[in-house]
Amino acid sequence: MMSIRVGGVCDPGSTRINKTGGWRTFRPVYDYDKCVKCKLCELLCPDMSVLEREDGYFQFDYDFCKGCGICANECPKGAISMVLEEK
Amino acid sequence: MNFLFKSGHRGCAGCCDAMVAKFTLMAAGENCIVVSPTGCLEVMTTPYPESAWGVPWIHSLFENAASVASGIEAALKAMGKDDTKVVAIGGDGGTIDIGMRAISGAFERGHDITYVCIDNEAYMNTGVQRSGATPYDASTTTSPAGAISFGNKRPKKDMPAIMAAHGAPYIATTSLGYPKDMIKKIKKAIDVEGPTYIHAHAPCTTGWGFDSSKTVEVAKLAVQTGLWPLYEMENGEITSVKKIGKQKKPVEDYLKMQRRFKHLFTKEGGDEELKKIQAIADENIVKFGLE
Ligand SMILES: Cc1ncc(C[n+]2csc(CCOP(=O)(O)OP(=O)(O)O)c2C)c(N)n1
Ligand code: SF4
Ligand code: SF4
Ligand SMILES: [Mg+2]
Repeated sequence: MMSIRVGGVCDPGSTRINKTGGWRTFRPVYDYDKCVKCKLCELLCPDMSVLEREDGYFQFDYDFCKGCGICANECPKGAISMVLEEK
Repeated sequence: MNFLFKSGHRGCAGCCDAMVAKFTLMAAGENCIVVSPTGCLEVMTTPYPESAWGVPWIHSLFENAASVASGIEAALKAMGKDDTKVVAIGGDGGTIDIGMRAISGAFERGHDITYVCIDNEAYMNTGVQRSGATPYDASTTTSPAGAISFGNKRPKKDMPAIMAAHGAPYIATTSLGYPKDMIKKIKKAIDVEGPTYIHAHAPCTTGWGFDSSKTVEVAKLAVQTGLWPLYEMENGEITSVKKIGKQKKPVEDYLKMQRRFKHLFTKEGGDEELKKIQAIADENIVKFGLE
């Protein structure tokens, strides 16, 4: 049985146990030749699924990305395409 | 970047509420306590026993986020913890309709809080019912367009003006289409002492009926058409306005992207309605000097 803490307190950021990547129909994919590292995709992603790499480019966190397509729609360089997930 | 708003929340793909919450925490930083009323934001960020918030967060009732924020602020003051900021963040229904009495009281008493209203222009969490923020002619489940109706009959309630009438030292409108504008204004609101109000326009993929990839695009069009003017008010005076100048677009560009306005393009008499909505935008352009 689940025990309830005093005040019903939950841990910060604990939704991260819920991997939302399975919601995806389309998967965002980078074309690093086009990316200018403007950081817009990182800023806009509603699911914090754009992670900065050491070289300043980004990679997707497919554990959480829901495939909304905002990053691809907004990228000023057209460096992100959405491809159908195949399961 | 390590964002204080975390993944795993249950917001729809392309969720507007999630974006505004993310930007709000980017502006507020770690040292804050957040209060949210009932609504999509609360439901999708805190399915018990989880929380998407990387900071202390508390759920009030639907109607009293501003009262709970007031109490927290008063307690922090009494404890001498003045540097911890109190931020209330909730939907348009929870803020400008059922929360009106609570926010009015908090602002009149002068608590040092910042209130962010996420305006997705209806009661989304319960299935897209009309609110006081629903715009003219939008079809919702309680203002459906049909054989004899073009949808919502009333214009949007002018909440920023109502908050200005309370003597608030800082009020700003913003939009998730302009994240840097939003973060800058929320930061400023938090830094200004006293009750401050941010009204954030937030297009909802599910409730408005557009593809999840278009949340930001639709938000920008609301601003570029003049239907959602971005401005700051300090001590009751407008002190800055985002000009739209050459970017100015006809209201059709914004409306035609959304299912809630589809009837304006398919129903007889829609042309006349479009003219009325263009007149609302034109009035804003003159009133706020957007050109
Ligand atoms: C007193 C009370 N009345 C009604 C409800 C049901 N209810 C829960 S969320 C909600 C709508 C929230 O709308 P809004 O504040 O605009 O936030 P959104 O979900 O659109 O982000 C309603 C009516 C409630 N929880 N409490
Ligand atoms: S598709 Fe949506 S959820 Fe996935 S990385 Fe892009 S913006 Fe984030
Ligand atoms: S219904 Fe709208 S506001 Fe609610 S979670 Fe989905 S996108 Fe966000
Ligand atoms: Mg709402």
